[in-house]
Amino acid sequence: MSFWTRHQVFEKNSIILIVGILLVIAIGGLVEITPLFYLKSTIEAVDGVRPYTPLELAGRNVYVREGCYLCHSQMIRPLRDEVERYGHFSLAAESMFDHPFQWGSKRTGPDLARVGAKYSDDWHVNHLTNPRAIVPQSVMPGYPFLSQTEVDPDTIADHMRTLRTVGVPYSDDQIASAGADVKAQADPDNSGSDAFSKRYVKAVVRNFDGKTGTPTEMDALIAYLQMLGTLVDFKIYNEKANLR
Amino acid sequence: MSQPALSKSMTSGESGLAVVFAVTAFFCLIASAKALDAPFAFHAGLSAAASLAAVFCIINRYFDRAAALPPAEINGRPNYNMGPIKFSSFMAMFWGIAGFLVGLIIASQLAWPALNFDLPWTSFGRLRPLHTSAVIFAFGGNVLIATSFYVVQKSCRVRLAGDLAPWFVVVGYNFFILIAGTGYLLGVTQSKEYAEPEWYADLWLTIVWVAYLLVFLATIIKRKEPHIFVANWFYLAFIVTIAVLHLGNNPALPVSVFGSKSYVAWGGIQDAMFQWWYGHNAVGFFLTAGFLAIMYYFIPKRAERPIYSYRLSIIHFWALIFLYIWAGPHHLHYTALPDWTQTLGMTFSIMLWMPSWGGMINGLMTLSGAWDKLRTDPVLRMLVVSVAFYGMSTFEGPMMSIKVVNSLSHYTDWTIGHVHSGALGWVGFVSFGALYCLVPWVWNRKGLYSLKLVNWHFWIATLGIVLYISAMWVSGILQGLMWRAYTSLGFLEYSFIETVEAMHPFYIIRAAGGALFLIGALIMAYNLWMTVRVGEAEVQRPVALQPAE
Repeated sequence: MSFWTRHQVFEKNSIILIVGILLVIAIGGLVEITPLFYLKSTIEAVDGVRPYTPLELAGRNVYVREGCYLCHSQMIRPLRDEVERYGHFSLAAESMFDHPFQWGSKRTGPDLARVGAKYSDDWHVNHLTNPRAIVPQSVMPGYPFLSQTEVDPDTIADHMRTLRTVGVPYSDDQIASAGADVKAQADPDNSGSDAFSKRYVKAVVRNFDGKTGTPTEMDALIAYLQMLGTLVDFKIYNEKANLR
Repeated sequence: MSQPALSKSMTSGESGLAVVFAVTAFFCLIASAKALDAPFAFHAGLSAAASLAAVFCIINRYFDRAAALPPAEINGRPNYNMGPIKFSSFMAMFWGIAGFLVGLIIASQLAWPALNFDLPWTSFGRLRPLHTSAVIFAFGGNVLIATSFYVVQKSCRVRLAGDLAPWFVVVGYNFFILIAGTGYLLGVTQSKEYAEPEWYADLWLTIVWVAYLLVFLATIIKRKEPHIFVANWFYLAFIVTIAVLHLGNNPALPVSVFGSKSYVAWGGIQDAMFQWWYGHNAVGFFLTAGFLAIMYYFIPKRAERPIYSYRLSIIHFWALIFLYIWAGPHHLHYTALPDWTQTLGMTFSIMLWMPSWGGMINGLMTLSGAWDKLRTDPVLRMLVVSVAFYGMSTFEGPMMSIKVVNSLSHYTDWTIGHVHSGALGWVGFVSFGALYCLVPWVWNRKGLYSLKLVNWHFWIATLGIVLYISAMWVSGILQGLMWRAYTSLGFLEYSFIETVEAMHPFYIIRAAGGALFLIGALIMAYNLWMTVRVGEAEVQRPVALQPAE
């Protein structure tokens, strides 16, 4: 019996055909994906990476909601021009708490993996409100409506609890103070700011949008943008220890 | 067909589905009342209304129908079920035009950013998923469902399995599109490209997709032909694999069952790998395997020639589905994904060139002895040119997956150009060709209203594609080169914004190309509408096609 007649077993039995398809398509995925969950070299050993603060998380959700990832990557490749333009190439560890990841696939605008602390809060407020007021050639949409929507401090703890279930190491303390921390991070005069800074290493406490009152989505988004890429200190990062 | 003795009663399917929808309506109303955010309340309310409408339709249909369900055969010939196919074909055309229009809008926004209007629901970031989902899943998905339901009946020579089930699939699928699309505008997204719908839309799609698989499979199982026709292998691989990909990429935990927001189970690097395993195989199985099934049925039918090589189709099938799954990591070259995964992805992507061209050869060579028909039949020309575009994109793809090439092309418009040579040229044209064949067949018309209009569609759309992809090639390569350009003193030559400025003329050309493609589709819609409205009815249908061997 030739190979070609043997193939009839698939052509004459739909269940065998389906099982065949399933086996054939399973292999590639299993080989490429499963090792990423257990190979230790997959994610570098780095100090400094922490989960997002409640306000940053709210800002990140705005980033996701508005589809920023469609034009901005957050993944600097180890190519000469990219590390000169954007900074140290991105580490896997830097996005290990990202659900979902925001590496992106297109740079209609520049990479944002290390945009944190590059521009002032004022710059961001003006740029997000009307990009062409700051950069005349920009093709970015304006987001003036972010200043008009307040962040709801009461629901953010539920978000953190959900994230903890999928693997982000939020502590009980962090979740319990989530609502207060939203306000504390956007208000340097807030009595809770010191406790907040202890809970989140390197978190910046500032009035991001320059306005008083409950933090807006503008505060949240800028808090998120201003922390991007700032957690790992590359002066002490051991490149050789993580060669792979 | 008189069966006087039969007393009329609801089938268990009718009564069961009516009860399920009634209960669903009740729970959706509760969910709408308790919703934590406005989009969720809107979607739950929409679902409640749709469930009630479904109950009404099922009961209404019961009162209108004869006591006996439609017979599987009339006078010894299969009594094909064309209703769901007509619905899906209509929706395909509708969503196609909507999707092309949104594409034109976002293309124009990149050329003239004032068109974003600085409103949440009109900004690029929300419209872009609407465009991709509308063209891939709404237009492409409806074409696939319509053609698969047609091909599986004809090539198995049996009536489609199920009575309400096929309707559940086509209407349920389009309801998923409605939820997904309105969600994007309201800011409901998981941000995973081509898998943006949130958890509840994903759950609904899972139910619909399982029903789709069951209808398709049950029809194959009761076939009258000994062999399963090659197009059905491809449809089956498409349906099964999309189910696997959907389940693998989308597991997410909602913050509340009364809210739209969820967090995906995978994080960081694993999420990236899952995403592009899904993303690339959405291309591989949705936009390739499914549409290759269309190629394997509609080109031989239209050309009235057998498939060029049966053995080549076997190799094509298994090699394609085996190799495609590995190709995902080429979307993550030079990222934080480990090198070994990138290298595997690149290697298999290059190998993928071979089965892809094997399939192209099989499709093109089917015209042996019938090449003259290209001169007289613009529908066949559309189908054949689609295969040519398929060949071009499946060469370009492996080339772009080579790491050095990718270091230039990635993140630029070259990727967008590549996608659209496949999407407009291959998927678009093969879908248009299939719909031009399908509409006269299922509405029982002698032919299309106007072949001349097909010709106009063909040339206008082709010109549009050429403008589109050449503009994106130039802008992509230009931008990639500008990003890495150095002055003689060793400084980066261009700031980022200079590279954005350089894109402007190409974005205008691209939008013009997209406008031409949209105009072509409008001509098509008019032509198909007139075919159904004023076309001459066909008296005698020809006998179904020959078996595979």
